[in-house]
Amino acid sequence: MAKATAKRTPPNHGLAKAPTGVQGLDEITGGGLPRGRPTLVCGSAGCGKTLLAMEFLVRGATQFGEPGVFMAFEETSKELTENVRSLGFDLDELVKQKKLAIDFVRVERNEIEETGEYDLEGLFVRLNYSIDSIGAKRVVLDTIETLFGGLSNMSILRGELRRLFRWLKDKGVTAVITGETGDGTLTRHGLEEYVSDCVIQLDHRVENQVSTRRLRIVKYRGTTHGTNEYPFLIDEDGISVLPVTSLGLLHEVSNERVSSGVPRLDMMLSGEGYFRGSTVLITGTAGSGKTSLAAHFAVAACQRGERCLYFSFEESPGQLLRNMRSIGIDLEPWVKKGLLQFHSSRAAIHGLEMHLATIHKLVRDFQPRVMIMDPIDTLVGAGTRRDATVMLTRLIDFLKIQEITAHLTNLTGAGEAVGETDMDISSLVDTWLLLRDLELGGERNRVINVLKSRGMAHSNQLREFLLTDRGVELQDVYLGAEGVLTGSARQAQEAREKAVTMLRQQEVEGKQRERERRREALEARIVALQKEFEAEEEEAKRLSAEVHASQEVLGKDREEMGRSRKSDANETTARSRKTPGNRK
Amino acid sequence: MRKSGISDGAKAHVTAPATEMFELRLYIAGQTPRSVTAFANLKEICEEHLSGRYKIEVIDLLLHPQLAAGDQIVAIPTLVRKLPEPLRRIVGDLSNTERALVGLQLRPVTQKDPTS
Repeated sequence: MAKATAKRTPPNHGLAKAPTGVQGLDEITGGGLPRGRPTLVCGSAGCGKTLLAMEFLVRGATQFGEPGVFMAFEETSKELTENVRSLGFDLDELVKQKKLAIDFVRVERNEIEETGEYDLEGLFVRLNYSIDSIGAKRVVLDTIETLFGGLSNMSILRGELRRLFRWLKDKGVTAVITGETGDGTLTRHGLEEYVSDCVIQLDHRVENQVSTRRLRIVKYRGTTHGTNEYPFLIDEDGISVLPVTSLGLLHEVSNERVSSGVPRLDMMLSGEGYFRGSTVLITGTAGSGKTSLAAHFAVAACQRGERCLYFSFEESPGQLLRNMRSIGIDLEPWVKKGLLQFHSSRAAIHGLEMHLATIHKLVRDFQPRVMIMDPIDTLVGAGTRRDATVMLTRLIDFLKIQEITAHLTNLTGAGEAVGETDMDISSLVDTWLLLRDLELGGERNRVINVLKSRGMAHSNQLREFLLTDRGVELQDVYLGAEGVLTGSARQAQEAREKAVTMLRQQEVEGKQRERERRREALEARIVALQKEFEAEEEEAKRLSAEVHASQEVLGKDREEMGRSRKSDANETTARSRKTPGNRK
Repeated sequence: MRKSGISDGAKAHVTAPATEMFELRLYIAGQTPRSVTAFANLKEICEEHLSGRYKIEVIDLLLHPQLAAGDQIVAIPTLVRKLPEPLRRIVGDLSNTERALVGLQLRPVTQKDPTS
């Protein structure tokens, strides 16, 4: 993966290179094949040697102004022309324009009798003539090993081949020599002995009934090159080799944030959602709401006016539209507006490389800002798990370079450990949401949490969410003794809390009433006491008045007694009067 | 040597009557010692076996390189028997007379070829 050393720009030191024009190959080789030297392309039958060689010539002739000679040992020029027409190469036209020369060399053993010494000067003459007639800079010999079948004198052949390659170098043409892979050797007749500057090996393997073509630079003298096996494919545009792009991880990063489409989920992601150009992985068990979240994300993108590419490996567009409508997400208007494009196919329809190529192509054509792949684990079915990982790595790198926010969903088995995905790509993604079914109180409820989200302070809470007729809705958090409460447990808790609140309310009201009553009682008592006091006061007044009255009566009586006794009543009266006054 | 050679030879033995005209073309590339040897050997064989009914055309590919493709010349020297049909190619300097005669179908192939 990232340890490959291919460079995107051709190094300007040392070796001159002839660009092949084959998509991706120039990146791996750091600019093309060694200029003026022969390159050996080897591989088993049907792996694309002839095609690679032909594309090298055609691209050279059409794009780089370098005419080429194709010396065919196996196919006639008519056959060749027909074979590559499907790739859009018009050899007849190129031949007419003197940009290409095809020479079919037929070596039939049963037509040839060998008597004594000979050399292959005839071949040299023909090649030389072809090269000179169009001023060729490129030469393809396909497959020169046929000579070994036609001529029996090995020592002559080997000597002549050595001379031929030397001669090609002296001639200064960039040559591609093809050879069939032998048993344990690169080529059946050891051509690699002669061609030592650059050797490219093609391979065509079938794994799990899915075929994959691969290309590897076995050696390339005097230059750095990618050393991995790179998958390649042959489609209507010729060969494209898919190098692991962004090997240096130098893609630009954005600080812009994009909404996940679910406001409360955005809140969990430090309030703003994902970073633009980041890769979001959503893992979850079956039916946990992965696709629904993806649909939300798609709608959010379309609402921002961004194009969204939706790869569905399990559902047809129609099915998706219907299912999403059931939860209140209507995708159809966006499809009609051309902002949302579905691409539904079974993952096993073709190999991983073809998938990757399809994605590359669609991305290039549609220019989306947002991409959804739902789900990615089915891709394992189109190759091995390892291949799928590699493919996804390349895909993620590609999307990051394009600054496309990617939304990948991944199905996990119920029993699988948390934090484990089928493809081990968890380390590549920026944001990882985990959807789970929590089993509690005899029911399953959906729970989401953010496992990781690079570069933001995300929530660490487990949140329950519901699929309502308005889409995904995150619920409030209720914590119980065993963690977050979900479903009816949450509802029960909600009810319980409501009951407690009501009870308290009632209590408060009761107390208030009691206080009121007490106050009333108190006030009543105050009134009563006051009344009592007033009564007492009245009594006291009455008493004192009585005393006063009786004293007056007593004084009058004494006066009258004195008067009657004719005593000095005045003195006594004065004294007696004084005494009660002091007592008071 | 080869099974096909055997049948060809057997057929030639029957179908090549002594009166047939032989049209031969010798391809060389410059006056190398090998071309000279080849021509000398060819002359000798023809004089001996095809006296009076053969025609030799020598083509120097250094002078006429465009002619090489037509007769599918790879090796030099190559002797092409244009006539009688079928077309035969004999590569090498013809120093092995026995093999040259087989190639020209002037002699049936022996069951066991001593030189192979």
